[in-house]
Amino acid sequence: MKAPRFHLVRPRDLAEALDRLAEPGGLVKVLAGGQSLGPMLNLRLVRPDLLVDVSGLPELRRVGREDDALVVGACVTHADFEDGRAPDVGSGMLARVASGIAYRAVRNRGTIGGSLAHADPAADWLSTLSAFGAEVEIASRSGTRRTPIGAFVTGALATTLAPGELVVAVRIPQVSAQARLGFVKHARKIGEFAHAIGAALVDPERGVARAVAGALDAAPLVIEDARELFDRSAGFDRTEAGRRLAAAGLADTVDRHLHVEALGRALAEAFDAPPGLRRAA
Amino acid sequence: MNGPAQPLEPEGVGARLPRKEDDRYMRGRGQYVADIKMAGMQDVAFVRSPLAHARIRAIRIPDDIRAQVFTADDLDGVNPIRAVSGLPGFKPSEQPVLARGKVRQVGELVAMCVAPTRAEAEDIAERVELDLEELPALHDMLRAREPGAALVHEHWGDNVFLETLVDIGIASAFDAPIKVSRTISTSRQCMAPIEGRGAIAHVDHRLDQLTVTTSCQMPHIVRSGLSECLGIEEGRIRVVAPDVGGGFGYKGILLPEEVCLGWLALRLGHPVRWIEDRREHLTASANCREHHYEITVYADRDGAIRGVDCEATVDSGAYSAYPFSACLEAAQVASILPGPYDFPAYRCRTWSVATNKAPILPYRGVARTGVCFALELALDAVAAEAGLPPEIVRAKNLVRPEQMPFDNITKKHFDSGDYPEALRRAVAAIGAEDVRARQKRGEPDGRRIGLGLSIYCEQAAHGTSVYSGWGIPMVPGHEQAGARITPDGGLELRIGAQSHGQGLETTLAQVANEILGVPVSQIRVVHGDTAMTPYSTGAWGSRMMVMAGGAVATAAKALADRLAAIGAHLLQTDPSEVRFEAGHVVGRAGDVSVAQIARVWYRRPQDLPQGVHGAGLEVTAGYKPVRDSGTFSYAAHAVVVAVDPEVGQVEILDYVIVEDGGVLVNPMVVDGQILGGLAQGIGTALLEEMPFDGAGQPLASTFADYLLPGAAEVPAARIDHMETPSPYTQFGVKGIGEGGAIAPPAAVTNAINDALRPLGVEMLVSPVTPRRIVEAVLAARAAAPARKDAA
Repeated sequence: MKAPRFHLVRPRDLAEALDRLAEPGGLVKVLAGGQSLGPMLNLRLVRPDLLVDVSGLPELRRVGREDDALVVGACVTHADFEDGRAPDVGSGMLARVASGIAYRAVRNRGTIGGSLAHADPAADWLSTLSAFGAEVEIASRSGTRRTPIGAFVTGALATTLAPGELVVAVRIPQVSAQARLGFVKHARKIGEFAHAIGAALVDPERGVARAVAGALDAAPLVIEDARELFDRSAGFDRTEAGRRLAAAGLADTVDRHLHVEALGRALAEAFDAPPGLRRAA
Repeated sequence: MNGPAQPLEPEGVGARLPRKEDDRYMRGRGQYVADIKMAGMQDVAFVRSPLAHARIRAIRIPDDIRAQVFTADDLDGVNPIRAVSGLPGFKPSEQPVLARGKVRQVGELVAMCVAPTRAEAEDIAERVELDLEELPALHDMLRAREPGAALVHEHWGDNVFLETLVDIGIASAFDAPIKVSRTISTSRQCMAPIEGRGAIAHVDHRLDQLTVTTSCQMPHIVRSGLSECLGIEEGRIRVVAPDVGGGFGYKGILLPEEVCLGWLALRLGHPVRWIEDRREHLTASANCREHHYEITVYADRDGAIRGVDCEATVDSGAYSAYPFSACLEAAQVASILPGPYDFPAYRCRTWSVATNKAPILPYRGVARTGVCFALELALDAVAAEAGLPPEIVRAKNLVRPEQMPFDNITKKHFDSGDYPEALRRAVAAIGAEDVRARQKRGEPDGRRIGLGLSIYCEQAAHGTSVYSGWGIPMVPGHEQAGARITPDGGLELRIGAQSHGQGLETTLAQVANEILGVPVSQIRVVHGDTAMTPYSTGAWGSRMMVMAGGAVATAAKALADRLAAIGAHLLQTDPSEVRFEAGHVVGRAGDVSVAQIARVWYRRPQDLPQGVHGAGLEVTAGYKPVRDSGTFSYAAHAVVVAVDPEVGQVEILDYVIVEDGGVLVNPMVVDGQILGGLAQGIGTALLEEMPFDGAGQPLASTFADYLLPGAAEVPAARIDHMETPSPYTQFGVKGIGEGGAIAPPAAVTNAINDALRPLGVEMLVSPVTPRRIVEAVLAARAAAPARKDAA
């Protein structure tokens, strides 16, 4: 389990990185935290000719607020959020999600941009940022573009990222003080890949009640108006949730049951449901 | 004269001493195979079979790499690995070290590739093209047993290594009022020590020896195996085990890789190295545990067992592994299934079945984890049927202390102990009454509480009389230890086994300290090297403390006698007038220390008397316990879980272990052994599984798919020790190395079943995964929708 031979470059700045990414010939892969790419290289599942290491680019480590959004450089690590080095939205919502990603060693190196570009359906950021309605900022030699995550991710490990393009930042819309995040992840043990993710953001002041079913074998299922599935007095409509997940291609009964549970529990948390309605069953 | 400073606290048998070896481990200074560098060393990568069962039509090697690739055709004079059992009816397999004619498992070695680095060797391996004709793969042991199944070894005529039957009056139980039958199974697992296997082979021209440095726990046995396969006399082979990062049984096995490397070093003349990677480990080698039981327990209404009737099948994989053979597990099942219980009737039929999977290897607990799982789950089913608490059913049937020593129904000789007391203590410590009250109240979060018990006894250090009956390539005899006083009064101990993490460098020093009084810091334990140690079958079967400890004690006593003789002379008195005490020979008028005696023996021989024993301060002594049928340690485990029936999540809320390992040499080391075993047991119970698809492909090839317990999954268990001495061993010690891994799967699963029984759910397959729980819960709901309201 050793990687095949490849070339590695460490560009000094973003412009050079984009130049290298645009070079013709062979497979070029971006190396950020390397927490997914590293094992894939060693298992020889990916055989790049050139690896462009962007982890040291200062442009990709910047964080700031712009308009009504938090703009996070693509190479900000999960641990940066967990430890509070990167600013957050709401009351520690990103830190909460970040601290549950894999293991600390992974969080030390893994990056938010790398996670989105890799587009593993089981990734925590993919589901959470979909619930936030975040956007991805993408650069290439010909300029930058912005795209909502829902349009960016087209399937399992599939995005609209074209050759020569690089994820440079994520724009996360600000939330009000009353906003509540529901986030439930089913994994067989702490730190392992999720088998089902439920994420929900309810922010009445801003008119947001969005729910996401993640860790499908596809892009996350986003429900723009979660009130269709959850009512503070009647609770969770699991039949409707099951119907939607089935329509999204989740055929296995047990899998669907787990996803319905995750979604229902995330919604109960986001809607601040009374204890009697917290339990989905 | 000043000897070494005497420690203030006792360091002998019973002392909670920190482990000597941990200093280098904790500082990252251990030296494992992969840490060793040798001039001119090259790396080996193997071409392995991608198919579970296929005929080899051709192996095509591009010309430019031909000199770096070796196949079975190159291995002139190399014999296949043969691990034959003498049990009647056993069919031996021949495991070619590189496949010849056919491949019988995914991961079987087909060719070896040599290059300056492992990555380059893998580049070469990729270019070797295998032309394989796929054959039907046997991945299900029950189907492999049926007539008409494809054959792993054609000339056998079926796929059964060995079938055994024991029937001790089972018919007398048939009229019992309670009859409970269950189908119970444990999934295939991998052992997953922190360090995998790995070996370096080189030729030592000065000593005229092929030296194989390998991560193993039985170096002398590996040497015998290498000698048989390579056709070289044993004296020309040296096997060295450096620091070894966990063994658990896997590292007792002779690997075809080791034979290949030995041949290659002789052929190429430079050192060659192979370091197992995790994919090789998981998919090709370190497999274990796969058992299937059809078990029936007959009982009276009061819970008394009238008889146990069982058909057990073990998936032995493609080959019989050296030295333990393919039938160790299944045949052991028949002899140990009765566990710590006394009942009058028993029948057990076993099959060791060949399939197209990696050979099954003995893993910590060996067959005990499986039989404990089967019997303890079945006993909870009996308890449910009888309407009795599970502890009552167990207490009714456990061997009682006044029966000890006790020969059970399969003639196992239990040496000592109070099994019911262990159970009583465990039930009390877990607070069974409070747990059951809480269970009745229900949880605000909707989870369900369950209480589970299991109890076992563990035969350890069983010797010649037991293993000669198995007739496998390895039968343990007297265990040897060397002991030598150094000129400054320190002590060197030499043992032929390997300490692969269990702390022998400390505990054997404690044994010597108990007798000779030499401070533990002045005692060095040399192990894991056939050139530097006496012969030993090695570290297996929880035997080291009993056997190596006994040998060290015997050697130390012999040294004490010689020290006393010299000391008496120095004290100018008769040897009968002195006694040996705390590192000193004490006479009426004074005393001399070991260091003073050593100085005279080595440095001032002119001061010795004429008739002094010429053998000096160095001995090799052999040891066997008074009876070699084994010690029986035992433990009762009690656990409380919370189960979320909707998502199948299991949280362990409390875990109690009441353990009796006889006299404990170092209680802290024993706790470490128990807790390490517990972690592995939790893995078996909840997480670890190597699944296969219909083509015999192993599906968990990395730790992303093969889940091991981590810090968050292993409970902080509370341990209570009983110390009933064994009547047969030095100091009354018993072997305890495996017990921690035996009871947890049964205890945890019984707890889950206790939690889910009102839902009509009973889990009978390990690991009890969230998916299996949810599946069972949904199935139970579908079968009886009315239950949902009742629950």
